Amino acid sequence: MRWYWIDRFIEFESGRRAKAVKAVSLAEEHLHDHFPGYPVMPHPLIIEGVAQTGGLLVAEYNAFVEKVILAKISKAEFHGDAVPGDILTYTTSIEYIKKDGAMIVGTVDRGEERFGSMEMVFAHLQTGHEDRNLYEPGTFLKMMRMLGAYDVGHAADGGPLVEPAHLSV
Amino acid sequence: MPTKEEIFEKIQAALVDALGVDEDEVVPEATLVGDLGAESIDFLDIVFRLEKGFDISIPRGELFPEDILTNAEYIQDGKLTEVGLAEVRKRMPFADLDEFAKNPAVQDFGNLLTVADMCRFVEAKLAAAE
Repeated sequence: MRWYWIDRFIEFESGRRAKAVKAVSLAEEHLHDHFPGYPVMPHPLIIEGVAQTGGLLVAEYNAFVEKVILAKISKAEFHGDAVPGDILTYTTSIEYIKKDGAMIVGTVDRGEERFGSMEMVFAHLQTGHEDRNLYEPGTFLKMMRMLGAYDVGHAADGGPLVEPAHLSV
Repeated sequence: MPTKEEIFEKIQAALVDALGVDEDEVVPEATLVGDLGAESIDFLDIVFRLEKGFDISIPRGELFPEDILTNAEYIQDGKLTEVGLAEVRKRMPFADLDEFAKNPAVQDFGNLLTVADMCRFVEAKLAAAE
């Protein structure tokens, strides 16, 4: 999967909060069509980045055993446009998590400027789908490593975030 | 235990946030699906907000027993059977089913739940927890 809409985690507190950065670049081809001569990062891709930040936070809570899907964007508000050269910070925190899924809140900041805010619901795919692998084994581990989650992350007890043994590749 | 008014206000706020409706649309007689436009995934959102707001646990299927519709014993010719209706009454004691019972068509089942039903459901959960 190459659908990465965050570049790096800068904080990852297991079960609580994750913060990621996204550097907007003119090397992203879609910006040349959105819009020709006036590149603006589409808001839905910012939402996707926040969903990836929060979704990995939710999935990590259960050691990536639950199949986490983005079920609903309850709210999304933006107060401006992101343009090439911008560094966006996505902060997500778990409001509520249980067997069926989780609710998160997310914010988007550009420097000191609060740029967007949202609420999302994630669902854990229910029983009856155990045989359905949504991802190659190890996908999440590679993703978490590449995004630096284990470099900056903390487990719930305050110690370093560790890779789940069952995902090791 | 919170008063009925407090329960209603909290449910109203949860529905405004979950469904993006105006506060004055959330009246006791409004149906979740027909009047407030709730879709199936919204029920997960609503249940999370109720659980968090009232510190209660709502197992899947308790507020809305959708599994009834997939049980052949309860459905015949697009309507709930007597047994099916009895099961719905048992599973949804908080819902006013008198009108629905006159013509229990499957396509109307999804639109049964009202805001008032939801208030009674939460009241019963809170009372049971005391």
